[in-house]
Formats: sequence, structure tokens, C-alpha cells
Amino acid sequence: MKKKKLLAVASQGGHLIQLLRLKPVLDRFDTSYVSNQYREGMGKDFSLVTDANGDEKFKLIILFLQMSWLMITKRPDVVISSGAAPGFFAVMLGKLIGAKTIWIDSIANAEELSLSGKKAGAFADLWLTQWPNLASPTGPKYQGRVL
Amino acid sequence: MIFLTVGTQLPFDRFVEIVDDFAANHPEIEIFGQIGEGSYQPKHMKYCAFLDEQSYKAQFDKASLVLAHAAMGSIITSLIESKPVIVFPRRASLGEHRNEHQLATCKNFETLDGCYVAYEKDQLLSTLSDMAHLHGGSLGLYANQELLNNIENFILA
Repeated sequence: MKKKKLLAVASQGGHLIQLLRLKPVLDRFDTSYVSNQYREGMGKDFSLVTDANGDEKFKLIILFLQMSWLMITKRPDVVISSGAAPGFFAVMLGKLIGAKTIWIDSIANAEELSLSGKKAGAFADLWLTQWPNLASPTGPKYQGRVL
Repeated sequence: MIFLTVGTQLPFDRFVEIVDDFAANHPEIEIFGQIGEGSYQPKHMKYCAFLDEQSYKAQFDKASLVLAHAAMGSIITSLIESKPVIVFPRRASLGEHRNEHQLATCKNFETLDGCYVAYEKDQLLSTLSDMAHLHGGSLGLYANQELLNNIENFILA
């Protein structure tokens, strides 16, 4: 059977470090990485996107377009993200093209889900928090953590 | 060597000044700071505003102790690399960040082995003075098996 195509997306720093801690799973599939920073472990199949956060409308539009292009060209079977803005767009657009979508909210968010994590809930087939106290029947599930 | 990092997005003068004062009193200890675009200029330690990934890694590798603002990346990296990390949170109430999430991060991480949280200056200085007794954490490289299994099963389902 052909390996499934994964698109693994995270913004730089903590989000990306957390995503790369899933490498034992990601390595079993045909995984492409998307971030605004290259980090060791991502291999050759890496796409750079712009650095944008919730305050920067123009950059968010660029990021949205970049992510749309990646969805069209990569056609992933699965989209997986640990945040933040690039991950949200990826999960939303992934859902739109019929990919399976996974959101793992950052372990930094222990009191409440991140803003992008809350929004991603509508588009994530597997919607995860890393804190058992934040899991609920209608909200995200807890299925382990990146530590 | 002690490596101080406050990230690249916002300055953190209050932290940098405390560490610089400590450096003044401990000239025998080498300290390097990556301090962002702050207005406080350290006088007793080496520093720069930004480091690219390679230089950051080089400084980080040299360090036997990391001092960091309460950012996930710095904390997790320190724990993974088994370097003791002293975490000093930014306060939104002092204009050091947009909200108090760094305090929340500290609350969640202070129980982890190898992570030492200092909420105030005095606590930071006393932790620093006890430097020889701090030890690094041991997290391993990857997520826990429970999460890895669940994600793999979901992808394959």
C-alpha cells in the first residue's frame, strides 16, 4: 500500500519543537513539513511560509494564500498541526480538501485552549489538548502529551 | 557558561538587568545573553540582540545553565538537552507581554524535574547562588508513547 501523505504544520519555536516530538509517527508516513523556520529533523521536504500572528491582517492573507497553494500542490491525506496561525489555516484548508485533520493544542495552554486551537476545533477530526482538565465531551480530547 | 535568552519578539530589560548585576558580582562566571531589542545595555556580560539558529544552538550547547523567560521553546529545549533551566516569567502587569500566560506556563512547569521557576528577583538570585546544585531534566526526544500510538491509530483508521 502506498504511504499516506502527511502535511505537518507548525509555527516556529515551541510549536515546532512539539510537532517534531511526534517524529516517530511522522517518519512512518510520507511527511512534508511547513513552518516559518527550518529546524533539524524536518528533512528535505520542507516549505517555508511567512511569519504571521493574529494582529497582522496583511501577513495573514499572504499566509492563507501560501497554505492554499500548498494544499493544492501537496494534496495531503492527513494534516497535522500543533499551532498556531499556519496550523489553523492548514487544518481548515485540509478539511476543505477532504484530508483527515489533527490539531494538538500546545502544552503551554493549560488553563484554556489557545485562540487558534479553539477555532481549529470546528475543522479538526481529531482535536486534542495536552491537559486532561481541558478535555470535555463536546470539546477537545486528551490522548497524551508531547513530553 | 550561563546562557540567558529572552526570545526575539519582545525586550525583557528587568530580567537582563538582574542577570547583569549578578554578572558584576561574579566576574569568574561567563555569561552570554540573547536579549532582543531592549533599552538596557548590559555592562558585565557578553550579549547580542538576536542569534540565528546556528549561533543560538552554539551558545546553547556551551551552556551548563540556561536562564529563560517562560517560553515553551526555551523550557522544552533545555529539558530535552538535560540542561538545568531557571525560568523567570514576563509580567503583563509590568508591560512585559500582552497577557499573563507566562505565569501560567510557570505554574505548569515548575513541578518538572530540571525546571526551576523564579517568580521574583530575590528568588532568582537565591536560585542562581545555589547554581552548583541544579540539575538537568530527562525528557527524552519524543512524545509519550500514548500520544504517538493514538495519533498513528487515528491516521491509519
